[in-house]
Amino acid sequence: MSAREAVLAKVRNAAKGNASDDERQAAVTARLSDTPLGVIPARAKLPKNGQLELFCSMAEMFGATMTRVSDYKAVPAEVSEYLRARNLPAEVRMGADKRLKKADWAAEKNLEVRHGASAGADLTGVSHAMAGIAETGTLALLSGPDNPTTINFLPEHHIVVLKASEIKGDMESVWAKLRKSRGKGEMPRAVNLVTGPSRSGDIEQTIILGAHGPRALHIVIVE
Amino acid sequence: MELAAKHFKTNASKALVDQQLQKALGNVQKGFITKRRKSAEALPEFEALRDNARDIKNHTLAHLDLYLEEYETKVTEAGGHVHWAETAEDARRIVLDICKKADARTVTKGKSMITEEIALNDHLAANGIEPVETDLGEYIIQLRGEHPSHIIAPAVHLNKEQVEGDFRRVHTHLEDSRDLSEPVALLSEAREVLRERYFTADVGVTGANFLIAETGSSVIVTNEGNGDLTQTLGKVHVVVASIEKIVPTLEDTSQILRVLARSATGQDMSVYTTFSTGPKREEDPDGPDEYHVVLLDNGRSSMLGTEYQDMLRCIRCGACMNHCPVYHAVGGHAYGSVYPGPMGAVLTPSLNGIDETGQLPNASTFCGRCESVCPMRIPLPKMMRHWREREFERNLTPATARYGLKLWAFFAKRPKLYRLAVSFGMPLLSLFGGTSRRFKSLPLAGGWTRHRDLPAPEGRTFLQAWAQRDTLKQEATSHGSTP
Repeated sequence: MSAREAVLAKVRNAAKGNASDDERQAAVTARLSDTPLGVIPARAKLPKNGQLELFCSMAEMFGATMTRVSDYKAVPAEVSEYLRARNLPAEVRMGADKRLKKADWAAEKNLEVRHGASAGADLTGVSHAMAGIAETGTLALLSGPDNPTTINFLPEHHIVVLKASEIKGDMESVWAKLRKSRGKGEMPRAVNLVTGPSRSGDIEQTIILGAHGPRALHIVIVE
Repeated sequence: MELAAKHFKTNASKALVDQQLQKALGNVQKGFITKRRKSAEALPEFEALRDNARDIKNHTLAHLDLYLEEYETKVTEAGGHVHWAETAEDARRIVLDICKKADARTVTKGKSMITEEIALNDHLAANGIEPVETDLGEYIIQLRGEHPSHIIAPAVHLNKEQVEGDFRRVHTHLEDSRDLSEPVALLSEAREVLRERYFTADVGVTGANFLIAETGSSVIVTNEGNGDLTQTLGKVHVVVASIEKIVPTLEDTSQILRVLARSATGQDMSVYTTFSTGPKREEDPDGPDEYHVVLLDNGRSSMLGTEYQDMLRCIRCGACMNHCPVYHAVGGHAYGSVYPGPMGAVLTPSLNGIDETGQLPNASTFCGRCESVCPMRIPLPKMMRHWREREFERNLTPATARYGLKLWAFFAKRPKLYRLAVSFGMPLLSLFGGTSRRFKSLPLAGGWTRHRDLPAPEGRTFLQAWAQRDTLKQEATSHGSTP
């Protein structure tokens, strides 16, 4: 008997109790297809404009900084401003996201834009989030050529662009959106839920920002 | 450092007089408890979420075989490989084989208790492959050749001066004159030293907080980002996880996530919650070329259907040890087991047998704080009591305790004799209690009085006091006032 069969047989014998195989399979099939929501906190069910405010206050509480701009055209100038204010080199790395591309990066003459995945040398990365989660001020980022995962973790500064209309109340809305766009049970290689900049409390329980991931997380909300 | 739960009492005595350790343990009490309380209080639905989290895991465990099969199907569809391991040895062999096939020389590791359980690092090192822990706490512990003393804060038993000493000892390529007096400097140094390791590692090994049957995803919940670098930059990503990590759906995962970080660190969400599904896709510019999951049983299936099944709901948040007066007093290493604190006192005998681990379920006052904060509502004291019963049945309890219990049982089974005996004994003990009302020593009770006084009885027995209370109540009622 293979290890697989041995483990499954032991689990099956112990787990099934008095229920019949059909009943048990039906219960599993139902849960996987119905995906019941469970308890959704009241604060995740605010009306649309309340969600934007909640997202901003939660993200700031967990250490992110934030600006709001009126449209994508304003994003490159905002990025340049962020770098200037922190005395960072005028270089950023980003993926192939169309929403980012349609901004006029050439207008920022001094800003060098590199494309593709990061190999670790970039100080600042720019990504576009798939959604924001108001309940906890969390960003949802998807892997792929549009927004390579390495940009979320390697640079010291991570600038994430987020459309205000894509701020949802809860994490469950993100799953619903993913199922709609990709089909049930299908996921991109990585979904990164990011809440504030990287941190560690491993030395004397003192929280310090900037452990292995970005030291700073800056969110640009496009209204 | 050898792990041996049978030395708990000796270890605990040493821990109590270890000044460095006692100073560090103060941080557990100060930080974790307040943070958890504040974040739980800030969410009105917290208790309802705990109920639902418990129900989700109970449902999953009752259908675990079917969810495991669903999960395996989804992982395979996404291009990943599932390996089944009955024992720790099997799991070590499987991981080593994957590493050998990848010609791996170094392996980076995200923080994972399961790889501690199977002692993966020693096995890799013995086979010429260098394991590199990348979580700050785990990295420090690895430099010291120690085991984690806490399941989410592995270096909680250390002070910053000790970490500075370790960094100076190991990072000899850096200047002696550098200032490492503050935690922030230590963190920056670790970040720089480890950064290059991610790029040179051939294989990245992580654990998993959840395995999702619906999507075939593994989930890690972290704050530092090291786990993500480990699983993104290695050519091969190996997930080692035990079978009870399965949850049915993304929604079920979200429910449990709402209680996990709050119970662990008092955060609403940890910084990085990452859902990984299979290897790099055709269009992907980054991610691992191979994705493997090692599904480990190692004793879990034997807990199913027993009085220890509830333990399989555990999500390893650490709240039970953060709130445990015994853990506060002696720290995690004293337990001599991979999993310390109340959850370890239940899990370790389940995994390793009660013969040599019997002191662990006895290292509890049954104060119940662990159960009261457990996000999955695991009845930890009840299960520790079950282990004490097993221990007694198997004659593993020390002889004096056994005879004492037998003597007590003799009287307890004969209520009249019991009452007679205590009605003489209590006034007598009360008489000798003196003005301090405490005994500094007492015949046959040296085990107790060596470390603390025994309070003297008040003179009356409980039954006498109870009977008197009833009489008083009746008098009060007959006088027309409410009791």
